[in-house]
Amino acid sequence: MYEILRKKELNPTVTLMDVYAPMTARKAQPGQFIILRVDEQGERIPLTIADFDREKGTVTIIFQIVGATTEKLSKLNEGDRLCDFVGPLGVASHTEGLKKVAVIGGGVGCAIAYPIAKKLHAQGAEVHSVVGFRNKELVILEDEFKKSSTKLFVMTDDGSYGEKGLVTNKLKELIESGEKYDEVIAIGPLVMMKFVSLLTKEYNIKTVVSMNPIMIDGTGMCGGCRLTVGGKTKFACVDGPDFDGHEVDFDEAIERSNMYKDFEHKRHEETCRLFQKVN
Amino acid sequence: MANMSLVKNKMPHQDADARIKNFDEVALGYTEEQAVDEANRCLGCKHKPCVGGCPVAIDIPGFIGKIKERDFEGAYEIISKSSSLPAVCGRVCPQETQCESKCVRGVKGEPVAIGRLERFVADWHMKNSKDKPAAPEKNGHRAAVIGAGPAGLACAGDLAKMGYDVTVFEALHLAGGVLVYGIPQFRLPKEIVQREIDNLKALGVKIETNSVIGKSLSVDELFEMGFEAVFIGTGAGLPRFMNIPGENLKGVYSANEFLTRVNLMKAYREDSDTPILRAKNVAVVGGGNVAMDAARSAKRLGAENVYIVYRRGEAEMPARLEEIEHAKEEGIIFKTLTNPVEIIGDEHKFVKALKCVEMELGEPDESGRRSPVVKSGSEFLLQTECVIMSIGTSPNPLIRNTTNGLETNKHGCFIADEDGRTSREGVFAGGDAVTGAATVILAMGAGRQAAKAMDEYIRSKSR
Ligand SMILES: Cc1cc2nc3c(=O)[nH]c(=O)nc-3n(C[C@H](O)[C@H](O)[C@H](O)COP(=O)(O)OP(=O)(O)OC[C@H]3O[C@@H](n4cnc5c(N)ncnc54)[C@H](O)[C@@H]3O)c2cc1C
Ligand SMILES: Cc1cc2nc3c(=O)[nH]c(=O)nc-3n(C[C@H](O)[C@H](O)[C@H](O)COP(=O)(O)OP(=O)(O)OC[C@H]3O[C@@H](n4cnc5c(N)ncnc54)[C@H](O)[C@@H]3O)c2cc1C
Ligand code: SF4
Ligand code: SF4
Ligand code: FES
Repeated sequence: MYEILRKKELNPTVTLMDVYAPMTARKAQPGQFIILRVDEQGERIPLTIADFDREKGTVTIIFQIVGATTEKLSKLNEGDRLCDFVGPLGVASHTEGLKKVAVIGGGVGCAIAYPIAKKLHAQGAEVHSVVGFRNKELVILEDEFKKSSTKLFVMTDDGSYGEKGLVTNKLKELIESGEKYDEVIAIGPLVMMKFVSLLTKEYNIKTVVSMNPIMIDGTGMCGGCRLTVGGKTKFACVDGPDFDGHEVDFDEAIERSNMYKDFEHKRHEETCRLFQKVN
Repeated sequence: MANMSLVKNKMPHQDADARIKNFDEVALGYTEEQAVDEANRCLGCKHKPCVGGCPVAIDIPGFIGKIKERDFEGAYEIISKSSSLPAVCGRVCPQETQCESKCVRGVKGEPVAIGRLERFVADWHMKNSKDKPAAPEKNGHRAAVIGAGPAGLACAGDLAKMGYDVTVFEALHLAGGVLVYGIPQFRLPKEIVQREIDNLKALGVKIETNSVIGKSLSVDELFEMGFEAVFIGTGAGLPRFMNIPGENLKGVYSANEFLTRVNLMKAYREDSDTPILRAKNVAVVGGGNVAMDAARSAKRLGAENVYIVYRRGEAEMPARLEEIEHAKEEGIIFKTLTNPVEIIGDEHKFVKALKCVEMELGEPDESGRRSPVVKSGSEFLLQTECVIMSIGTSPNPLIRNTTNGLETNKHGCFIADEDGRTSREGVFAGGDAVTGAATVILAMGAGRQAAKAMDEYIRSKSR
């Protein structure tokens, strides 16, 4: 079970894997996620279902190396097996009835935004994708987005590829030029989602964001993934991960996401050292 | 020779000073001599009042009689007729309100230490009997069990013994339910739970971990897959919060999250990748077993001051007596008649204090308990960097929301009769998912009762 059938490095820090998990593949929907453990000592980490193939029984994950677990995961190869892989978890993204949508992706968040763009495109919606990266080296999924978007805008912070600027600049430009979106879907770093939501609020355009708080069980049992949405406490793993961007308390979410910063930093360094020793 | 001592044989323990630095089991268990000596305190009463106090009616004088004869395996066989988890229940049952509360020796002096004897017998069996149960002959029928807690495991075990092909679906990566993610190692070593699970596997039970029913598979799909009856033993795992300001600050945990990080993910060990906050001052809100477990775990993680903040008095605490005693020995500070009203954070949004008010007991409420009322002007600050909310749980809505025809009550618990039959044909339920948070022995008993009813149901259908 949970064999890695394909591995591909999309950029120096982002890796794609197809994992054999037929039970998850059978039910997977865009917007849902899985939780995996690399080994017996491993932490449970959530990753979005970036794609799936029901026939082959595979689920695609795309992850950025940020800490110990993603580091360990990136060292696995085709033919290796993951210790645990559970899903699909969370509520699928709502795409029914949407005719014209702006999909905003930031960094590895593009991996989460892509299956939604793909689904919207397949159901005949007009999809304007705006994807942003720090620089040219980090651009991922450009071809995939191209195939699934009516219009695609690639942005880089330093202008080394596509247009220079933030995704919010482009979105604002599009809205100002008269594009009328039924909905904006924004997925990326918390700060990015916060600023997209602030922008769309000005224009009163419904905005959905995909939240990624720290999780353990992913079934509503621990409450560690809680967020404040519209003044109420919500558990991202069962009530989300998609929420109305105008209702989310982003500042609180940003604070909560760095709860274990010191531990994680230490653990990541230890893991890196371990791999250096082995190699 | 009857032993007329008024007190129980003392349980050997790890010293409090030593044990707060490790996660090893606190109570070490009786030796054979102590067990026989304690067994001799039992009068073998003909009317067996103690049996009436046990939710699964273990033949208590029967098994104790075998201990007197030093036939420990014989004692085990008697207990096994009524309980499939004696090593667990001997350790965690609230005996003082169950079997031991009815013991005649308790009228003058202490009751017979029934729980400790049960534990002794189960441990003796584990240590000395090497043979694994043999897989029984299959009857060609299939049953599914959802949730691998005590209710699900007991149900699966009995069905397998009757010859059913049983599959247990568990959401987490490990079977055991609260026994592995909630109750800490120092009270219930995980090896004991693992041993019970290995026995089930030897009986031919299949355990599918990483399977969330309601997500990966639905109850309807289980029937489509050919399972003829389904048992729901999904527990009551949804944590409650108090809805006071500051609950989303960093350093506020539900007891479930804190204990899951510690027990299931082994965050207390150096080699675990799962982080946990190791605070100097920890406040645990609540007065049940869960609160005691969280407090004692926090102490073992190195906290200097651990407070139990509870709004009623100590006499009203629902925790087992032994847990309260152990917690006190370990230096846990009890702030009873105290209620939190706000959690206060520092400039980085980490917890720095818990604002509380003092309470006094008012008139008895409908439950007969005197409900606490706020003492005016009694507000004070408790310095703490970590707050663990342990004020109860309710059943998870995943299955309820994805299955038609399953009735639940206003608390979200499945409605089932005494045999576990729910409002939907072929679907049975038991344990915390039906009763709300209760006890291991009740969950185990409900699982076994349902196994019987499922057998009857499947047989009536296939006639
Ligand atoms: C529903 C959901 C879907 C996700 N989908 C993806 C995905 O498709 N691809 C992907 O690369 N990442 C995704 N994430 C984030 C991913 O889970 C984290 O990057 C991962 O847990 C980090 O583990 P680590 O041990 O490598 O790093 P850690 O050592 O745990 O953390 C390193 C750094 O990452 C931050 N971090 C830790 N946990 C999270 C988290 N859950 N979310 C965001 N930042 C975190 C920490 O604050 C720290 O700065 C998702 C998270 C959620 C909740
Ligand atoms: C910290 C703590 C201490 C306790 N101490 C004591 C004590 O000392 N004595 C005592 O008698 N009792 C104690 N209890 C209570 C006791 O543990 C429970 O009453 C008992 O475990 C209930 O058993 P159960 O089988 O009904 O549910 P659980 O043990 O909760 O097991 C339910 C299982 O179902 C799984 N599940 C849930 N939803 C799904 C799904 N959709 N699909 C698949 N699987 C699912 C869960 O992951 C879990 O493994 C304590 C509880 C806690 C939390
Ligand atoms: S199972 Fe619990 S209540 Fe029953 S005899 Fe054993 S300790 Fe007592
Ligand atoms: S009531 Fe007490 S003394 Fe009598 S049989 Fe039961 S355990 Fe023994
Ligand atoms: S991850 Fe535990 S409740 Fe959401």
